[in-house]
Amino acid sequence: MQWLSFPEGENGTMEEASRTQASSTARLLRRATGVLGHALRGSRDELGLVESAANWLWRRVRVPVRTGMLGAGLAAFLLAAAPGKARAATDCLACHADKSMTDASGHSIAVDGQKFSASIHGSLQCNSCHTDIKGYPHPDHPAPVQCRTCHVDEATALTGSVHADGKEHPCTSCHGDPHAIFPKTDARSAVYPLNVPRTCGNCHSNDGMAKKHGLPSVYPSYMDSIHGYALTEEGLLVAANCQSCHGSHNILSHKDPSSPTYKTNIPKTCGNCHAKIDTEYEAGIHGKALASGDLKAPVCTDCHTAHAILQPTEAAFRMQSTPICGSCHSDKFTTYRDTFHSQLGLLGGYVETARCWDCHRAHDVLPATDPHSSISKANLVTTCGHCHAGANASFVQYEPHANSRDLKLNPGLYLVRLFMNLLLISVLTFFVIHTIMWLIRSRYEQVKKNGANGGNHA
Amino acid sequence: MPELERVAMENQEQASGKTRYFLRFTSGQRYLHAVLFTTFLGLAATGLPLRFSESVWARAFARGVGGFGAILFFHKLCAAVLTLAFLIHVKDIFTRKLVNREKGIFWGPTSMVANWKDARDLIGHFKWFLGLGPRPRFERYAYWEKFDYWAVFWGMVVIGFSGYAMWFAPFFARFLPGWALNAVLVIHSEEGLLAILFIFSIHFVNTHLRPDSFPMDMVIFTGVESEEEFKAKRPMEYERLVREGKLEKRLAEAPGSWQINFSRVVGYTAIVIGMVLLVLTLTAYFG
Repeated sequence: MQWLSFPEGENGTMEEASRTQASSTARLLRRATGVLGHALRGSRDELGLVESAANWLWRRVRVPVRTGMLGAGLAAFLLAAAPGKARAATDCLACHADKSMTDASGHSIAVDGQKFSASIHGSLQCNSCHTDIKGYPHPDHPAPVQCRTCHVDEATALTGSVHADGKEHPCTSCHGDPHAIFPKTDARSAVYPLNVPRTCGNCHSNDGMAKKHGLPSVYPSYMDSIHGYALTEEGLLVAANCQSCHGSHNILSHKDPSSPTYKTNIPKTCGNCHAKIDTEYEAGIHGKALASGDLKAPVCTDCHTAHAILQPTEAAFRMQSTPICGSCHSDKFTTYRDTFHSQLGLLGGYVETARCWDCHRAHDVLPATDPHSSISKANLVTTCGHCHAGANASFVQYEPHANSRDLKLNPGLYLVRLFMNLLLISVLTFFVIHTIMWLIRSRYEQVKKNGANGGNHA
Repeated sequence: MPELERVAMENQEQASGKTRYFLRFTSGQRYLHAVLFTTFLGLAATGLPLRFSESVWARAFARGVGGFGAILFFHKLCAAVLTLAFLIHVKDIFTRKLVNREKGIFWGPTSMVANWKDARDLIGHFKWFLGLGPRPRFERYAYWEKFDYWAVFWGMVVIGFSGYAMWFAPFFARFLPGWALNAVLVIHSEEGLLAILFIFSIHFVNTHLRPDSFPMDMVIFTGVESEEEFKAKRPMEYERLVREGKLEKRLAEAPGSWQINFSRVVGYTAIVIGMVLLVLTLTAYFG
């Protein structure tokens, strides 16, 4: 056993140890051959071949390994071919278990052996990763660990991503303590769904890289969003976390047409979860415009924002939604603001009044000429009737976007407004002049009557 | 003469039994005015935040009173009470004319209906402003008082109708064209704004804040005014009553000090609220 020096659980029975040993042996076997192939040929295809061979070998020997020492023997045989002698973790921990141990620049180089042995890499030898350490004493500055050696797909994806030029170690920035890496399904993992926002937030919040690099501080917005709430408060593993939309290793700028956050890809990205809404959106006028290449057409994030996504029924969202539509439909926004709907809507505590999407629908927005549209003539009574009980055919002749400043479009309304304004201006002008003259004259009389100072109380 | 000083003097004179008081407004008229200005202040205070819903104070006010739901409730409540008062007033006028056969309701010196003398008074008043003639001698209701009355009357009909058209829109839509539903909001808000600006600037100054009455004309609260004030403000009416021998009939008791104090509290409160609303309106309008 000693020659393989597998980490042993303190309370582990012999049987458990054997099982751990068996599966670890297999992993080790594959890694070792991977390292071997990589070192010898450096070619990815051939490396794959070697790995496949190792996998095949493992499948063959799996049963005997579980029951006996055959697998271990085989592994030992193969390991012998690996460059450098495998150093036992216990040997390294003889020094590195000291929690106060630091390198010359003061960084901790302590390793928690227990944590490491529980981690996904727990079955590996120290020099599986620290390949340049062949014995003791070892160099003062060992070479940086190349995760790529094994995780070649992830490393390749990372190379093309926005994180490629990271000065920090690109892997551990997200996966955390290199000696305590867990699979993403493990709650202890830094990339476990519930932990992802905090991990990304290490950099993408005002305290982190965001400020330094002028990136928007998205972490607080996300945490306050409906997704953030679902994830952190309700613990919903299916709630969207950072990597649900951005991917993980291959994160691309939203300006990159192949990024899932590129404008034209956003409906599909959100549609991964919100499938029905995506279908509705694509049938609507905005979805069709986007499909035809109109990049001005709004996608999910234009209305819902990317990170600070609110529950649409929430008062805050209802209050902020109309200006968003208005940022493109400015003419409709102006006329909307003349209406009672808008006046009521702007006052807090009364968020029920019609916003754009209460009438036009939110996702399957269709022009009035489309018979399926919520604002088509045939559907108006139903649409208005959602709020206005007793809405009838003549009631829905009300124009929610009438323009009282446009004589041609709304002559009646224009003239009414003109008359009211003239009445207001003429009455007030006349009486303001009248009153001012009266005041001056009365004051003059008063001063004349009561003496130069206008009397005691003037 | 400022009101405070005059009241003090009148109280002294009254003690010596010199001053006589005459009735100008009946209790019914005073109550009508009280209901009118109370509901009007309520309507203005709840209507303005809507008219200027984008202003900061409108939102703060809405939040303070419990959102628009509360504002709308008070607005409708005041509207309903004011409508009732208006209908009682109209019924009262027609009862006086048709049942009691009272004279001078629709025509004559005591009527609210404008006549040639009002036109002459208006011109004469302007001449006096400019120092081109004597001060006109007014009858029971001066032309600006008649204007106040008819402005309210017209406003009641116009604002009331447009308000109810919005309140019961599906019902009114049965006999109004579609665009009328758009028009009623324009009418309601413009006419409301006019009423607010007029009352809180013109009416306040003409009736209460001008030097003759400053700081407040108490007659609408106490119902009575002194002989001196009567003669100075409405010489034509005074002389007509003397001529017809009806002056003694109008004699009334001097207002009690509680009446004056109460009137002051109510009146100043109304004026202050009105002024605040006026300032808010103007800042929102020009801001």
